Amino acid sequence: MGAARVAMPFIPARLVRRHGWTIGVYVLLLASLVFTVAIHPTYGAFDVQSLALGALPLALAAAAQTVVVLSGGIDLAVGPMMAVANVLAARAMLHVSFRDALIIAVLVLVLGCAAGAFNGCLVVFSRVPDIVVTLAMSFVWGGVALLILEKPGGGAPLDFQNLASGTSISPWVPNALILMVLVVAAVWVPLRSSRPGLALYAVGSERTAAHASGVNVALARVLAYTLSGAFSAAGGLALTMTTGIGSPLSGTLYTLSSVATIVLGGVSLAGGKGGMLGPMAAAFILTLIPADLIFLGIDPNYGQVIQGTVIVLVVMVGGLAALRRKTA
Amino acid sequence: MRRYLQDHPILVLSLLLLVLVGALEAIRPGAVTPNWIRTTVLFAAPLGILAAGQTLVMLTGGIDLSVANVATAAAYVMASNARHGDAQAVLAGLAVGVAVGLVNGLGIAVFQAQPLIMTLGMALVVTGALEVYSLFAVTSVPSVPAFIHTLGAGNVGIIPVSLVLWVPLALIIILGLRRTGFGRLLYAIGDNAAACRLAGVRVWQVRLVNYTLCGLLSAVAGLVLAGTINTADVGLANGFLLPSVAAVVIGGTSIFGGSGNYSGTIIGALILTVLSSLLTLLDAPEPIKQILYGGIILLLATAYTRVLSDT
Repeated sequence: MGAARVAMPFIPARLVRRHGWTIGVYVLLLASLVFTVAIHPTYGAFDVQSLALGALPLALAAAAQTVVVLSGGIDLAVGPMMAVANVLAARAMLHVSFRDALIIAVLVLVLGCAAGAFNGCLVVFSRVPDIVVTLAMSFVWGGVALLILEKPGGGAPLDFQNLASGTSISPWVPNALILMVLVVAAVWVPLRSSRPGLALYAVGSERTAAHASGVNVALARVLAYTLSGAFSAAGGLALTMTTGIGSPLSGTLYTLSSVATIVLGGVSLAGGKGGMLGPMAAAFILTLIPADLIFLGIDPNYGQVIQGTVIVLVVMVGGLAALRRKTA
Repeated sequence: MRRYLQDHPILVLSLLLLVLVGALEAIRPGAVTPNWIRTTVLFAAPLGILAAGQTLVMLTGGIDLSVANVATAAAYVMASNARHGDAQAVLAGLAVGVAVGLVNGLGIAVFQAQPLIMTLGMALVVTGALEVYSLFAVTSVPSVPAFIHTLGAGNVGIIPVSLVLWVPLALIIILGLRRTGFGRLLYAIGDNAAACRLAGVRVWQVRLVNYTLCGLLSAVAGLVLAGTINTADVGLANGFLLPSVAAVVIGGTSIFGGSGNYSGTIIGALILTVLSSLLTLLDAPEPIKQILYGGIILLLATAYTRVLSDT
C-alpha cells in the first residue's frame, strides 16, 4: 500500500492495487513487441497476423483453464479435449461447404460443452481431487481423439480456415485477434458480473463460505468445467482453422501451456483471483518468445528452456511479491 | 468391518491387486507364472521409485510434475557420460536430479511459488535443456553402463536386482516416514503448515530437503528404467508422470497432504503395472487401451475415496 501511494498522484492507487498484475502483463507484452521490432525491424502487419494465428489456440486453451482455476479447480484435460474437437471437426468438415462447416463447428462446440459437463460431474460426484480426475480423463479423451482419427488427416473448407487468417478491418488487426476477442468476450463479459459468474469466484475463493452463503457449489463447479469444455472445443476448432487438418496429438502441449499462460496472466492457482484479460496477453507473450528466438538467430531448441525459465522466474517473482504484500 | 478396512487401507489395496491378477489369469489362463511375477516387479520398480519421490512431496500437500523429465534427463546424462567410467556417470545422473530438486525446493519453499506451476516450469526447463544437451554434448552414442543394465534387468537367482535396490529403499522410506522427526514433519506440514511455523518448525528447510529428495529419487528411477530397457533416449520416462501421481493417489495418500504412506504407493504402483499388462493382453486397439487405462484409474480413485473415507 505504501508503494502505491508514492509518486503516483494521477493513477488511483486502488486501480493499481487491484489490477496491478494485469497492467504489468500488458506492459510486458508491449515491451516484448517493442523488443521484437527492435531485433527485427521488418516486423510488419503480416507478422502480427502470424502472431495472432499462433496465439489463438493457446488463448482459447488459457480461457478454458482460467474459468476452471477461478472456481478453485484445475483442468488437465484441456489439451486432449482440444484434440478431440480438432479431429472431429477435421473429419466431419472434409469436402463440405462453408455453411455446413459452420454448422459442424457449432455442433462441436455443443459437444465440447457436453464433454466438459461430463468432466465436471465426475469431479463433483466422485469427490476425487480434480487433479486426479482430469489427469485420468486426459487419458480417456486422448484415446477418444485417437479413435476418431488415428493419424493426422481430414480437412476443412478454405473459407472456414480463412475465418482466422488475414485481416478485414485494418492490416494491423488480424482476424484471429477479432475472433479471439469475440469468442472470449461473448462468454466472459455477460458471465463475469452475473450471479453464476460471481458464484464461480465465490466457490474458488472460499468454498465453505460460498456454500454457507447459499451458492450451489456443485452447479458452479460443473458450470466451470462445462465452459472449459466449450473453450477447449473452440481451441480445437481454432487448430483446425490454423492448421487445416486434424491431428490426434495436437493438444498435448496445450494443457500445461494453458496453466503456464494463466499463471503468467495473473490468475491465482488457489482460485478466486484473476480475470480473463491477463491470460490473453500472456498467450501472446508466450507465443512471441519462439518467434523472437528465431529472429535473434538462437537455436529454436532453446525455446523450451527459455519458456520454462520465463515461467519459473515469473512464478518466483510473483511468489516474492505475494510474500512482501503479506509482511508489509 | 468397514471401520477396520478404513484403518488398514493396505488390505483393500492388496485385495484389489489380487483381484486384478486373478482377472489376468481368468482372461489368459497360464499367464501368471513366476516369470510373469518377476517381469511385473521389474517393470514396477522404476515406477515405484518415481512414485516414492511423488509420495514424499504429496505428503506435504505439494506435487512434482517434473519427475518424469528429471528421470529422463538423469538417465540421458548418465548414459552420455558412460565413457568416463561407471561411477562418474551414475553420479552425474544423480546430480541432475539433486540439482533440479534443489531449484524446485528453492522456488516452492523460499519463494512460496505454487508447486504445480513451479515444477511445471522446471519440467519445461529440463526438457528443453536436455534437447540442447543432446545436440551439443553428445559425441558418441549414449550407452547404458553394464552396471546399470544389471541393476535394471539382471537377476540374483530369481529375484530381480532392481528389487535389491527397491526393497531397502522402500524400507528406509517407510520407516523414515514413520519413525524419524523428518518424516513426522512431512505429515505435520501437509496437515497444517501454518501451525508448524508457529510451533517453530523451519518449514522452508523441510520443504527444500523434501523436493531435493524427490529429485534424487526421480533420478534413481530414471537410472533403473534405463537399465531395464537398456537405452536412454529423450523420451524415456515420458509416460510415467500420470502413473506416478495415480500410484500415490490410489495408494491412499491424500493429494492435499497430511496423510498417506509409501506402502500404499508401492501397491498402487504394482496395481498400475498389472493393469497395464492386463490391458496389453486384451489385444484391443491402442486408443481403447488408453481410454480403459484412464477410466479404470478414475474408478479406482473414486472407489478409494468413497469407500474408505469418512466424508
